[in-house]
Amino acid sequence: MSAHFDHAYLDHAATAPMLPAAITAYAEAMAVVGNPASIHSQGQNAKRMLEEARERVAASVGSDPIEVVFTGGGTEAVNLGIKGLYWARAPRTRILVPGGEHHATVDTVEWLAQQEGATVQWIPLDALGRIDLDALAAAIAANPDDVALITLLAANNEVGTLQPIRRVAALAAAAGIPVHVDAISAYGHLPIDFAALHASGVSALSVSAHKIGGPVGIGALVLSRTAQVVPLIHGGGQQRQVRSGTQDVAAAVSFAVAATAMTADLESESRRLEVLRDAVIAGVHAAVPSAVYNGDPDPAGRLPGNAHFTFPGCEGDSLLFLLDVAGVSVSTGSACQAGIPEPSHVLRAMGRSEAEARSALRITLGRTSTQADIDALLAALPAAWAQAIGAGMADSAPRAYT
Amino acid sequence: MSGGVDSAVAAARAVEAGHEVVGVHLALSRMPGTLRTGSRGCCTVEDSMDAQRAANIIGIPYYVWDFSERFKLDVVDDFIAEYAAGRTPNPCMRCNEKIKFAALLEKAIALGFDAVCTGHYASIVTDADGNRELHRASAWAKDQSYVLGVLTKEQLAHSMFPLGATPSKAEVRAEAAERGFSVANKPDSYDICFIPDGDTRGWLGERVPPATGDILDREGNTLGQHEGAVAFTVGQRKGLSIGTPAADGKPRFVLEVRPITNTVVVGPKEALAIKEIAGTKFTWAGLAPEHPEIEFACDVQIRAHADPEPAVAQVISVPADPTATPPVEAHTELRILPTEPLTGVAPGQTAVVYVGTRVLGQCTIDRTVSAVPVTSDNVAGPVPADSATINA
Repeated sequence: MSAHFDHAYLDHAATAPMLPAAITAYAEAMAVVGNPASIHSQGQNAKRMLEEARERVAASVGSDPIEVVFTGGGTEAVNLGIKGLYWARAPRTRILVPGGEHHATVDTVEWLAQQEGATVQWIPLDALGRIDLDALAAAIAANPDDVALITLLAANNEVGTLQPIRRVAALAAAAGIPVHVDAISAYGHLPIDFAALHASGVSALSVSAHKIGGPVGIGALVLSRTAQVVPLIHGGGQQRQVRSGTQDVAAAVSFAVAATAMTADLESESRRLEVLRDAVIAGVHAAVPSAVYNGDPDPAGRLPGNAHFTFPGCEGDSLLFLLDVAGVSVSTGSACQAGIPEPSHVLRAMGRSEAEARSALRITLGRTSTQADIDALLAALPAAWAQAIGAGMADSAPRAYT
Repeated sequence: MSGGVDSAVAAARAVEAGHEVVGVHLALSRMPGTLRTGSRGCCTVEDSMDAQRAANIIGIPYYVWDFSERFKLDVVDDFIAEYAAGRTPNPCMRCNEKIKFAALLEKAIALGFDAVCTGHYASIVTDADGNRELHRASAWAKDQSYVLGVLTKEQLAHSMFPLGATPSKAEVRAEAAERGFSVANKPDSYDICFIPDGDTRGWLGERVPPATGDILDREGNTLGQHEGAVAFTVGQRKGLSIGTPAADGKPRFVLEVRPITNTVVVGPKEALAIKEIAGTKFTWAGLAPEHPEIEFACDVQIRAHADPEPAVAQVISVPADPTATPPVEAHTELRILPTEPLTGVAPGQTAVVYVGTRVLGQCTIDRTVSAVPVTSDNVAGPVPADSATINA
């Protein structure tokens, strides 16, 4: 058995293949010398390339260019959004956050609780993975003045459920509380209009380039002009004094190419992915009638390229392995450190059992997905499922070896 | 693949022998440490990365399989329970018995694999009839057949040990360096992997609450107090705070730990000599002897790094004894009589029985008999039946 590179790639939520045009633009921009902070003409040229890129990324999220703060990726953007707003809102200490968030958020707010005296209040999710707005309203009403911020995903990265961002923002705005939105999984799949979101009460929004065919290592925090954040990184004062460090022109240029391409056909591409996604759902249910489709079954309520299932009696881990051997790349949830599998904390937050949380499989589609990928999945699934059922829940249900 | 040098070389050799190989790292903790420290040579994220890099160089796929719940249940909790019951368990043997060659093997077979291949130093020999036997490695200094003594015929049928014929560890390291493995010079792991700082007593103390109890002599006289029976191991001399000295002025040693009454029995060093070992939980590694009820000559090894000692062994049928406290049901036990009395034997340890280089089988020791009778005239009543250990 050797590594397969002709796999059907159905893990676009982990990272998307880079667009060829983004690769070309990246390489060409890397060949150009100049620090955008330098005064001479080569510096000015670099600055021009950087700011053109910023304008194009801003256009892709509906913000002003000055509101785009480039970061070293989505996780940094989320950290800057959450910690930056938290510190700027001192002495307020309460953070309101739904269950089932991405680890970039979960670990950040837990760190703030341990190190900075924050009180994290987890707002429950319903069975579809959607925030309980009544619980959020009650949490705000308990003491609106001590809430530092609200942070939440635009769309859940595992089960694909969309959150009612505008309604959350309206509740927050009424109490004067800033909202950070982690839009990393939604970016490229749903239109994002930061100006409208800001009008509703959103202060900051995180995106990442590699989820849309840009390079890994660059993201952005879209930060309204009026939002106050304390920087994580200090130095030369670049980017509104919010994110110091020499700016990565080539990565920004490549990001911008992917952002522009994504924006150009977002609507038609989303419709195309929905059709493919529905083929996955129908095919999986035909192959494995016991499979449970998780998240919002209404297409209007979830990411177009996301299909998420639990397979009762199977470890997601075993299914992933068997599908990988058969040439199909899928995920059990969000990728994590050293590949050590964990039960899905998202399913747990949706009220599902530990066993269910271990039997999850996430299938995510993107720009390069084709019917052939779906066919490969559906061809491999029946045998993989039968074998994984045989392997059982090896870890949680000890059996005597005979 | 633990991330150590042995499993990396074993995987490479298995590939070269023509097998289709997948590297699997066992996640044995949900909260693994990040970096390797000191003697703790496994189970950190760094170790997982080392294993993956070796798999990359060999050119095989690599996965992490989570056995953390099974490991906690079958190895960690068992380790605590055994100590709490006054026994001295070997968690590495339990891991081989319950995890590597059970949970892992079972899952692997279900997923389409034929065998588990590990970097243990031991050999599998197939006899003329095709039966598999477990033997010592060529390099006796590194031999690990003892910790594999728990494997049954069925488990051996699905096991591979490519390092068994290697003359020395140095050779394995040299081969690893030649293959370009970053782990070629990684220190050997020792100590118990789930006790990060190696302080077994301290770790157990946090999990088994200490309680003051009596220190007795073999006649049942109270000599002093201790602060928790679990802190003592058979053969231990230090740490006994006994006011009155022994009549003969000689130092006293822990002979027995009785957790139910929370007492510790001490006596002269000579009384540590054990002339009989027996265990009701025994297995055969490969084909069982045709007539185990007939006494046979063997060697017995009672610790991973102990020497084998000549002995005779046989399976004894023990009749039911409803008058005993607690009542005894009819059962069989493997009884081993060393030619010369052994020291350093404690219930909970595993006695592995060898015939030449072959591992014949093993038992978990639940009963020992001292070679030295209680000499005092002032013999106390029967030994309380809260411990499986009997010092006749």
